[in-house]
Amino acid sequence: MKTAISLPTKGAMGKTGTWRVFRPTIDLEKCIKCWRCWIFCPDAAIARNEYPVIDYDYCKGCGICANECPVNAIEMGREEK
Amino acid sequence: MIVIDTANHIAALAAKMARPKVAAAYPITPQTTIVERLAQYVEQADVDMEYIRVESEHSAMTACIGAAATGVRTFTATASHGLLLMHEMLHWAGLARLPIVMVNVNRAIGPGWNIWSDLNDAMSQRDTGWIQFYASSNQEVFDGVIQAYKIAEHHDVLLPAMVSYDGFILSHTSMPVDVPDQKEIDAFLPEFKPGWRIDVENPITHGNIVPPEPYMEIRYSMQRAMEKAKRVIEEVGKEYGERFGRYYGLVEEYRCDDADYVIVTMAALAAEAHFAVDRLRERGEKVGLVNLRTFRPFPYEKLNYDHMIVIDRDISPGLGGVLAHEMKALPGEVYGFVAGLGGVDVTYKDIERIYALAREGKQGWYPTEVK
Repeated sequence: MKTAISLPTKGAMGKTGTWRVFRPTIDLEKCIKCWRCWIFCPDAAIARNEYPVIDYDYCKGCGICANECPVNAIEMGREEK
Repeated sequence: MIVIDTANHIAALAAKMARPKVAAAYPITPQTTIVERLAQYVEQADVDMEYIRVESEHSAMTACIGAAATGVRTFTATASHGLLLMHEMLHWAGLARLPIVMVNVNRAIGPGWNIWSDLNDAMSQRDTGWIQFYASSNQEVFDGVIQAYKIAEHHDVLLPAMVSYDGFILSHTSMPVDVPDQKEIDAFLPEFKPGWRIDVENPITHGNIVPPEPYMEIRYSMQRAMEKAKRVIEEVGKEYGERFGRYYGLVEEYRCDDADYVIVTMAALAAEAHFAVDRLRERGEKVGLVNLRTFRPFPYEKLNYDHMIVIDRDISPGLGGVLAHEMKALPGEVYGFVAGLGGVDVTYKDIERIYALAREGKQGWYPTEVK
């Protein structure tokens, strides 16, 4: 029996960070460590450390984290060339 | 125990006895009383089943897909436009290899508004990867639903299965049905063992991106499963016969042994054709009947006759009767007749006339345009 099943693999589609147009940056002074960004990140590209840590190798810059952040601690800036 | 009831209530009873964990359905016309009866079972706490009343048939199939993906047995029922609204998700269930069992009541497609018997609803789902059974009596409805689970869930198959029967002619007509004890059904139909399932302890993704070559492998695997299903259908039908006294296979052959001509049809038309064959035999005509129980997988190997009179209660506009045209590739001569669309009555006398016309080498739309 064959069907479309895949196992969790880091970077199965390559380093998708290269797709990014906008880059999220976390202002740690504003961050209240509610972890909403960590929960909502659709690519699991935010790790739980002392503060949230964004993995820029895989972050596609979708901006969901910035949208969900209740204290506007995440800013989306245009990616430099 | 003999139960006298409509095919709809018999289908609901069979579904209940198969012990699905989840049933999802949309309860508005063209839906039938199947799901009403199922809801009643749940209300009376007669079953250990979650009943989900969804907002459309598309959602009914989606809910069944989601439930089946967690590894439980599922059931739904629909008819005509409801089945058509499911179309996208029928493909999804097939490609996901989830053995959902569904009952479909064959009703015509509108406009114009017509809820009478017509097989076009199910026949137009032929390429979705569902096993398709057609029943000719309420007994075949009961036996078909029970067997459908065992066939669909067999690990050489793992494909969804649909049991269809004619609107009104069966759906709203009471007939006596021999219903085995729950214990006997449980012995025949063990608990469902899924081919894959969503499990938080062992996370997987289903429905992920699949590049061209593996996609073609998935399609190939489905085709192989359909081919294997032919063997499984015969095996399960034989086992059912040994346990309950009623044997089933891919087709039912009636008085075919020395037949020069055979009538090939399915569902209620096949029940009617039995009488026509008997009357023609009394007049010395060497004629038999092949009742196609399965339409997918298509039982080509069982259609090895020189002259086959095919009666279609369905139409593929621009091609003709679907069955007749699928059989044109066979070595035997095929005489195709389109009859009974939208619930037009086709009696045994009509079938005798169709036989006589075929003997003159004619075919076409019965009765208005036969050439």
